[in-house]
Amino acid sequence: MVKIRIYVRRRVRTSLKVKIVSASLSTLAAVVAIVLMFHVLGVDPLYAFNRIYMASLGSYYGISETITKSIPLLLCGVGLAVAYKAKVWNIGAEGQLLMGAIVSGGLALFTPLPPQLAIPIIFLGGFIGGALWALIPAVLKAKFQVNEVITTLMMNYIAERILLYLVYGPWRGKEVWGFPFTSRIPSYARLPVVPGTRIHYPTLIIGLVSAVLLFFMLSRTTIGFKVRVIGESIRASNYAGIEYSKIVILVMIISGGLAGLAGAGEVAGIQHMLRKGISPGYGFTAIIVAWLGNLNPLLVIASSLLIASILVGGDAIQISIGLSSAFINLFNGTILIFLLLNYFLSEYEIIVRR
Amino acid sequence: MPLVKLKNITKFFPPNILANDHINLEVNVGEIHAILGENGAGKSTLMKILYGMLQPDEGEIYIDGRKVTFRSPRDAMKYGIRMVHQHFMLIENHTVAENIALGMRTSIVNPLKEVKRRIREVSDSYGLKVDPDDYIWQLSAGEKQRVEILRALIDDVRILILDEPTSILTPNEVEKLFEVLRRIRDSGKTILFVTHKLKEVFQISDRVTVLRKGRVIVTKETSETCEEELARLMIGEIAVNGINSNKSNYSGNGVVLEVEDLHVLNDKGVTAVKGVNFKVRSGEIVGIAGVAGNGQRELVEAIVGLRRAVRGRIRILNRDVTKASVLDRLKLGLAHIPEDRIGAGVVPRLSIVDNILLTRYFEKTFTLNSIIINYGKIREATREVISRFNVKASDISMPASTLSGGNIQKLIVGRELSKNPKIIVAVHPTYGLDIAASSYIRRMIIDAGNKGAGVLLVSEDLDELIEICDRIMVMFEGRIVGEFSRESFEPHTIGLLMAGIGGG
Ligand SMILES: Nc1ncnc2c1ncn2[C@@H]1O[C@H](COP(=O)(O)OP(=O)(O)OP(=O)(O)O)[C@@H](O)[C@H]1O
Ligand SMILES: [Mg+2]
Repeated sequence: MVKIRIYVRRRVRTSLKVKIVSASLSTLAAVVAIVLMFHVLGVDPLYAFNRIYMASLGSYYGISETITKSIPLLLCGVGLAVAYKAKVWNIGAEGQLLMGAIVSGGLALFTPLPPQLAIPIIFLGGFIGGALWALIPAVLKAKFQVNEVITTLMMNYIAERILLYLVYGPWRGKEVWGFPFTSRIPSYARLPVVPGTRIHYPTLIIGLVSAVLLFFMLSRTTIGFKVRVIGESIRASNYAGIEYSKIVILVMIISGGLAGLAGAGEVAGIQHMLRKGISPGYGFTAIIVAWLGNLNPLLVIASSLLIASILVGGDAIQISIGLSSAFINLFNGTILIFLLLNYFLSEYEIIVRR
Repeated sequence: MPLVKLKNITKFFPPNILANDHINLEVNVGEIHAILGENGAGKSTLMKILYGMLQPDEGEIYIDGRKVTFRSPRDAMKYGIRMVHQHFMLIENHTVAENIALGMRTSIVNPLKEVKRRIREVSDSYGLKVDPDDYIWQLSAGEKQRVEILRALIDDVRILILDEPTSILTPNEVEKLFEVLRRIRDSGKTILFVTHKLKEVFQISDRVTVLRKGRVIVTKETSETCEEELARLMIGEIAVNGINSNKSNYSGNGVVLEVEDLHVLNDKGVTAVKGVNFKVRSGEIVGIAGVAGNGQRELVEAIVGLRRAVRGRIRILNRDVTKASVLDRLKLGLAHIPEDRIGAGVVPRLSIVDNILLTRYFEKTFTLNSIIINYGKIREATREVISRFNVKASDISMPASTLSGGNIQKLIVGRELSKNPKIIVAVHPTYGLDIAASSYIRRMIIDAGNKGAGVLLVSEDLDELIEICDRIMVMFEGRIVGEFSRESFEPHTIGLLMAGIGGG
């Protein structure tokens, strides 16, 4: 009998060649899997790919939609990248995004904002809302060693319930015919968009600038250095006098605040109101965005666009081919698995032998 | 026929390190074969090749005369080869039994009960005392090593490789280890014993192979050679023996470190430091002698700020720092050479440059407004440490984990001493270093003292303490049980006090 053994071990460094090979292999595998899926459903794969491509990247409208959806993913993703770099496992970007949306929406709806300052105040409110929501688990972790995975995850659901309470209850608009929506925010509180699209570019610019700044922070500043040391070795960070709790709180404020900005962007740039289902899980998807970008804020720009195009493509086949939403989830999930496969192949080496 | 035969083994690390250069080595059944060489000679690399962790660029391995190719340790294990590494590879949050079960080759399903039974069986037959239910984090270095050895013995091992097993052990533990090794040999197994300590070659080995700069210089019967010969072969020229400790006079200098009625708890919540008092003056080198586990670790951690004092005071430069953070103390000019070099002293996956920054990131010279790091400056400082302390590194942007064990130690010591500290707390600063590097480091410590630093030197190596200290305090069961000034060093009495005999 021939025994085949498989070993996995982490690479010390990943060469460019390995990166290219692993990306090509994963893409190929993803295409094969998806072709099979369409085949089973009796849909012509070429037709489906064409629809997906046209809807996401092959048309002006598709590109604009991809960029629009990449905005919240980018903001949440770069923040999470920084938190994960410190091995602080913030799973709560979704809730932080919702809190940002609630605070900025509340400001826009119920406070007499000076029109010139309305937008900066809304963004600031969004940042603070998300940051405060993240601060709770951050303090619990820093001061009482409470596991942040559980707390941040749970706080997503609390944030969602608060949003539902508000839009079904006290904040429900007068002219929304019973829908769980608030009234629309005043026009001076709405973000400008690139004409003919839904790209609310102020938020996009904030996202891009954050990515660049955070990249710089991680690689060139003392704070970033501390984040990297903590992420590698807590014992070494103690030895070096790095204050663990301060860094934990800081990265949580950064990632929570940026998620909150994403929420503000959705309210002021897309929906122009608060409503049930304001985020289709951007905060969760951003976890994958962050990892796919290898926790490097600059690469997260690319990964947020890639994932956004998949989301848009998924929506497109739902509409144009009439596949059920269950299939869309399957489709998105399959692609994500192969993206993670790529990550795995480039970080680890696999040795197969008899 | 030799049990193991290595033929022309060559290993090159880009860009320019030839770690093993056409190595030929034969190991016989049932012998303890010492591999002797300075830091960076290529000992660990060669052993990792035999263990399948590294693949040679050239050369062949023969076991029982049959040519073999090892692509991973699994392959080597099939031939009964097991290695205990220079640094521990145990999972701290698991028990001894769990760790051993994880490493076992024999079967995938091994009920813990069965594993524990095997542990007891093996530990009884070789005299390796361990409790299978202890957690790894509760164990001392010596105990951890016993677990590593046990883990190797529990599968049927034929060839046991030990990479510098004594560098983290107390003299007493070394004795016990040697007894165990002799028993293992007498049961017909073969041992490869890596070291840079001449004394140990004669204590334990049957044959010895000397490596220098990646080459085999000679293989000899241990009984047919002597320390001088081996030293010459290992270093290449006769080592400058002894150091001229032109120590300047420190009396009358200010006190830089003062400890008063200090009480500290250990990890298990038991008082480990019980009312310690002492002062260190600028320019003075004070030694703490003692067998490991008598409160030295807790004392050091309290002084540097890693552990809370439950009673008493600590003053640095006349400032009360009992409650101050590690950072505040570092900023006052404290340097700390930690006991656990891989776990605390470096971040293995970060670059050598980042590791120099590790305890200096708050210094004005290396940052703009203490926000932006000036990597130009820190690279310069890195190159300086590397050349002054003779750290063998090919590329300073490579991860620190690519350095050899001794070179990591040199990097840490170099980093701490080149900060121009006011107080140096050094724990075993020469652990894992060869003769030349050790004596160089000792001289650098004396130099630091002459420049005005106060030094607290914790070591179990009495010779080292006697060589460079102005004063030695003996610590036993959490108390200072004896104090000697340079004029009145009595190794014999100190030794007895360390063992808890005499004093009062
Ligand atoms: N993965 C690696 N990448 C680059 N260089 C390496 C790597 N591993 C070892 N080296 C280099 O190879 C040389 C030999 O290293 P090795 O670890 O074999 O030395 P050693 O004899 O075990 O020394 P020590 O007594 O200090 O542990 C060193 O110069 C080291 O820096
Ligand atoms: Mg070594």
